[in-house]
Order: sequence, then structure tokens, then C-alpha cells
Amino acid sequence: MTALRRIDLVVNGRARSIEVAVHHTLLDVLRDDLGLTGTKECCLVGECGACTVLVDDVSVDSCLMLAVEADRAAVTTVEGLAADDRLHPLQQAFLEAGAAQCGFCIPGQLISAQALLALNPHPTRAEVEEGLAGNLCRCAGYGQIIEAVLAAAEASTPAGEAG
Amino acid sequence: MRAFAYERPTDLGAAVALLAEHGGDACLLAGGTDLIIRLRDGSMQPRVVVDLKWIAELDGEIREVDEHLAIGARTVMTDIAANERIRREYQALAEAASVVGSVQIRNRATLAGNICNASPAADTAPALLAYGARVIAVGPAGKRAIPIDEFFVRSGLTTLDRGELVTAIELPRPAGRHGSVHVRRTRRRGHDLASVTLACAVGEDGMTRLAYGSLGPRPILVRDETGLLADPAAPDLAKMQRLEALFVGASPSPRSMRASPDYRLAMLHVLGLRAVGTAIERLASGIVRR
Repeated sequence: MTALRRIDLVVNGRARSIEVAVHHTLLDVLRDDLGLTGTKECCLVGECGACTVLVDDVSVDSCLMLAVEADRAAVTTVEGLAADDRLHPLQQAFLEAGAAQCGFCIPGQLISAQALLALNPHPTRAEVEEGLAGNLCRCAGYGQIIEAVLAAAEASTPAGEAG
Repeated sequence: MRAFAYERPTDLGAAVALLAEHGGDACLLAGGTDLIIRLRDGSMQPRVVVDLKWIAELDGEIREVDEHLAIGARTVMTDIAANERIRREYQALAEAASVVGSVQIRNRATLAGNICNASPAADTAPALLAYGARVIAVGPAGKRAIPIDEFFVRSGLTTLDRGELVTAIELPRPAGRHGSVHVRRTRRRGHDLASVTLACAVGEDGMTRLAYGSLGPRPILVRDETGLLADPAAPDLAKMQRLEALFVGASPSPRSMRASPDYRLAMLHVLGLRAVGTAIERLASGIVRR
């Protein structure tokens, strides 16, 4: 017996109405039902952050959330960062810093960085470390990842100044 | 994950009725950061999952109610750590909430869920014990308040009756000025469960309340009413002897992989002394002056 439920949500700016199995996670539905495989499945216990997405602008581990809990929410995945064939400034900064080694953790790192900079546009190094503490990189490429986030923050308009 | 039915009640009465109907076959879902893991690994196999997040009476607000600060059942760790009032008057709770899991976990995990899971290592439990919090529960027999020290039994077990659910956690207004702090020991910086998690509150009346977790089946509260621990001039050696007497109930599990019992006991005393010192400094600096 698989119970189904229709949910309405916005994924990367596009309204979706889909029927989901109530015991499937948001991660399952993003990858398997919507084909958005940028969000990665890894530890499935909320420790690695590879599955991080934004739900109503708040970062969450999509492996620890049922898809039905995202009903009427707006979800942003890594596929939603770039606009009009142009990389998001964070993606550009990651590219320039050589922050991706194997690359598996990078979608989650980018989403966590995006959530951090939205709340705190000019974080200290310590604040970046804390903001990304829920995203593990098994290549141990943390130095370049942190540098990339700091560089993206630096490149954006300083707080209080008109752009 | 094994299939289950999903219920989304919109009022408290309906949630209580669902619990009454399904009994032990129902699980409550708040933040889900513990529950989803257990549903996936099969250690919990409910027939029905009851999502509490659409219930109008259960909110994520932190508000003053009759001389108490009431934290709604849906309040997440991120909001507790950021709340100005909690940071000012219940600093140990703000500090504890800010070290639970990672940003992603804190954005979903609720305080109510943290205490209902009753993990001995729950970081928020010692602070709630130190402040004398009350758990507000609703069930078939109505509403009641449970002192937090009478709430925890052992890992995964509380004194909630079958069919009861937590609607809020209330913090009493401090009787006078106090200084408080939360400290913990983990294997690594960042995202880890604590080998020792401890909160301390020193009052201007000389009372010291210390609570610790991860050293036995449930978190433990102890009190020093002699004034020795709160005395800034008392020597550390005398305080350490007092702490040894107070911490006699600590019984860390020999089976845990996080740290050996001897290490946990040693660190409990080290952290206890440090926490007392920090709480005294905060009391003196008037950080919680109202």
C-alpha cells in the first residue's frame, strides 16, 4: 500500500503540482520524480549536506524532509542558481577558486553558501566555516570552498552602498 | 523507507483524536530531523505519521505568557538561538540551540522534538533543567504542565502519557539576576554529538544550578545551595571538591563509541568548573540585568 498525495509547490521558480508517495522524501521527489539530479543523495542522516536545498529561502537537508512537507512551499535547488545561461556569482567564484575537486558536495555547498550570504552578505571566515559546517567535502577541499564564498561576498556590493 | 499513511490535522483536537485512534501505531512529525532517520532505518515503523505543522494552535512563536516565556512546539533551533530575549535572559539555552547539528538541522529541528526524543545527549536539555522549565502537554485528559526535571526517563522515553503531545515549553522568569552558560565537549569542532553537554546558572542569591547530559540514561540537574560555587573568591580546589560531590550521580555508558566513561567523567568536572567561572563573570558583568 502506497499512499499518494498531491502537492503544489514552486521549484526553481516554476509552479508544479505533482502526486507524491507520502513516504518519499523531498530528495527522492526532486531527483526521481522531477529529474533534478543536481541535488545529491549521500549520507541520508543529515550529516553531509550533499542534499541541501532551500525551502522558502531556508536551507534544509532534503533527505530529512518528506516531500509532503514541502506542500505550498518554494524550493530552490542548485539548478535554480544560474539565470539566463549565466552562472550565479557563487558558482563563478567556486569555478575561479578551483573549489570543486570531485564535485559531489558542491551543489550542497553552493546552496548553503547562498543561504548564508542572503542572511549575512559579508561574513567573516569563521561565519563562513559555521555556515558551511553541515556540508562535508570528502576531498577535504575546504580551503578553496571557503575562499570562494569569501570572494563572492567581496565581489558583491558592500552593505549600505548603492549598487 | 517503509510506507505509512500521512495525516495532517489542522487543529489540536484532531491531532489528539488521531493519537487516541492509532495509539502506538502513530508517530508525531515536527521537524523530522530524528524521525525521518528512524523511519528510514526501520527502527520506527508506524502505520501513521501525524504532521503537527499545520495545527493552528501549535506555532513557532516565542512569547510572554503570565510571567513565563512560552516557546511554541514548532519553534526551531535557529529561532531560539536568534531570539533577543532568550539571548539576554536565558543565554545558556540560546548557546545550546546554536550548537545543535548544522544550520540545515537547526532550521528544521524543534526544541519540543529535541526533548521528546529524550536523548541523553540532547544539548538543550541541561539549559532547560537549569532554568526550571515546564513542559506543557495536551492529551485526552486535557492540559497539564510537567516540570522538566520530571519529564525525562531515559533515551527515547518521557513521562508523557500515551496520547499526549507537547504544545509549548515555558521558561519561568528568573527570580533575580543570574549568569548562565552552556558548554560541551565534542570529538571535533562543528557538527557532532556531545560527549559532555552542560549548563550552569549562578544566581545573585548564591544558588548555583548545574545540569549535564551524555553521562547516563537521562540529563541530570544538581544544585549548590551552600553559596560556595557562586563565590568568586572561593578557591578552585574547594569548588572542584564540591563539584565531585554534586556529580556523584553521573554514570556514563561504557558502550558509547564517542568517549570512554573515564574521559567523560573527567571532562564533566573540567567543564563544570569552567562553566561556574563563566556564569560568575556573566553575573558580575550584568549581562542579564533586567
